[in-house]
Amino acid sequence: MGACRMRLRSVVPLWVILGLSQAGTAQSPTYGLGKSPSAETIRAWDIAISPMGKELPPGSGSAKEGAQLYAQKCAACHGATGYGGRAPQLIRTENPTPPPGGKAPPCLSPCIRNETVMGIYSPYATTIWDYINRGMPFGKEGTLTANEVYALTAFLLYKNGVIPEEQVVDAQSLPQIKMPNRDGYVLPDWKHGNPRPFPNKP
Amino acid sequence: MDSKKASRRKFLKGGAAAAAVGAIQSASAQTPPAAKRSLKDEVAYGERSHYVTSVRVAVLERPSPDEFGLTFHVLTPLQDQVGIITPSSLHFVGTHRGAIVPDIDPREYRFLLHGMVDRPLEFTLEELKRFPSVSRVHFLECLGNRAKVDHKTVQQTHGLTSCSEWTGVPLSVLLKEVGVQKGANWVVSEGAEEVKGAGSIPLAKAMDDCLVAYGQNGEPIRPQNGFPVRLIVPGFEGIYNTKWLRRIKVVDHYYMTYNDYGHISKDPKVAALNLQWGPKSVITFPSGGQTLPGPGLYQITGLAWSGGGAVRKVEISTDGGHTWKDAEIRGQVHRMAHTRFGMTWKWEGQQCVLQSRCTDELGQVQPTRAQLAKFFNQPADYYHTHGVPGTDNMIQPWRIAADGSVSNAIA
Repeated sequence: MGACRMRLRSVVPLWVILGLSQAGTAQSPTYGLGKSPSAETIRAWDIAISPMGKELPPGSGSAKEGAQLYAQKCAACHGATGYGGRAPQLIRTENPTPPPGGKAPPCLSPCIRNETVMGIYSPYATTIWDYINRGMPFGKEGTLTANEVYALTAFLLYKNGVIPEEQVVDAQSLPQIKMPNRDGYVLPDWKHGNPRPFPNKP
Repeated sequence: MDSKKASRRKFLKGGAAAAAVGAIQSASAQTPPAAKRSLKDEVAYGERSHYVTSVRVAVLERPSPDEFGLTFHVLTPLQDQVGIITPSSLHFVGTHRGAIVPDIDPREYRFLLHGMVDRPLEFTLEELKRFPSVSRVHFLECLGNRAKVDHKTVQQTHGLTSCSEWTGVPLSVLLKEVGVQKGANWVVSEGAEEVKGAGSIPLAKAMDDCLVAYGQNGEPIRPQNGFPVRLIVPGFEGIYNTKWLRRIKVVDHYYMTYNDYGHISKDPKVAALNLQWGPKSVITFPSGGQTLPGPGLYQITGLAWSGGGAVRKVEISTDGGHTWKDAEIRGQVHRMAHTRFGMTWKWEGQQCVLQSRCTDELGQVQPTRAQLAKFFNQPADYYHTHGVPGTDNMIQPWRIAADGSVSNAIA
């Protein structure tokens, strides 16, 4: 291995060696395995939307458009009112009685109920867009257009009292929406070897 | 040599014929004798004894399959396990929403590592296997592993944890290969299942001890546990151990994915008890639902573990927590892994309460519910009926009645 490297160095021009070592002063590849993905591959795979929304695609939608889509594509599982379906609750209700024929939606850990529906509890509206886009509708994931995801996001935000009905949501406005729970979390501060702040006495 | 080969062939042929007879017998609805096993059992992939019936069950709170026909959370039968390795077939399963287990052809598998890196890279499974591998024993535990008053058995109170030997490439090796850029401090990992479950973990943890794993207990990871590749984040809540791993993106801030949003907390005291599991232990024998046949000598045994590192000490109390004795560590101790403990004990036939307490390498001590209540300024019995904030690592008491029956003694 060492001999191989020596041989290489003797035939590689000096500027290449210098160039490589400059680019990789911090870390240079050790194994050289794997291939460089194309920009298109990364764009197609990169569906995680940051709170700043920099990965959001072009497009827009409003709650009015979203209401129609919701009735067509979401209500069957989540309930016509966003409550009482067999899938988790999406819209806060003042009257938490299951509709006739319906029953209380699954409540797990975390338990999604009224104040913890994503349209209220998520500190950023981008989380709603991200999740509808990556995971809905169940069984037909990936079939919604960007405009449809914007419209459904706007609909859920409107129904949960976060934005007015007429507000158009797009890549610029979505990250700007101030969610009621924006300051409702503390980032975990993890460090190797740090004990939990708990009185560790028997 | 030739005759040896011939006789071996004859033997195999005979075996195949016997298997065929078995199949015919089954088809004509005659139950074959239990001793007659299929070729698959005898040669290809062994089965456990038909006398062994230990199985996983669904969590008490939600049946599996559910209304969508999906498997949600299923529990490991800890009461039947010996040693520290959970058989892969009995490993607990937790899914984001009753996810469908994807059928991923390992030849088509791709893993993308990108974001704030100098050289984004895409790997096949074969390429991942060309990196130096490590094998480590680690527990996994779902945040939903919460003992409740109405839970009857240790499978119900603690069955959302299991322990395996995981084999794979250290994530730090792959991150060095792509060159992490300055300013990066989180990574988002994402699965390939239909909901593409994603979560954010600190870059410091990713560089510390995480594995991009393809092996579980000596064979490829089981489909329900992430075949062909999953992330192992030792000691962290189960949800961050992304199954069917397809992508890791290096980023400069917390991404607040759907999985993240479900695990956040406003109270810094609670937030500090999240993410990484505290020291925890539970007695698996005698445990809820079991019965001691009569007074006499028994081996109390159980499992201890901690997200903070290795188990340093396990103590057992047989008098409801008044006095404690050090248990023996029975087997190997691995960091962030189940650790088997035990103690020889003579039961005199009296009613009593058994419990265990774990101390880890950081000096963290497993608390009682009353201690937790004091920490959060609640009445002493508050957490008997209310959900424990953060990861639930409370001491689990089991009551032994005079007739030898064992029950949950939380309340």
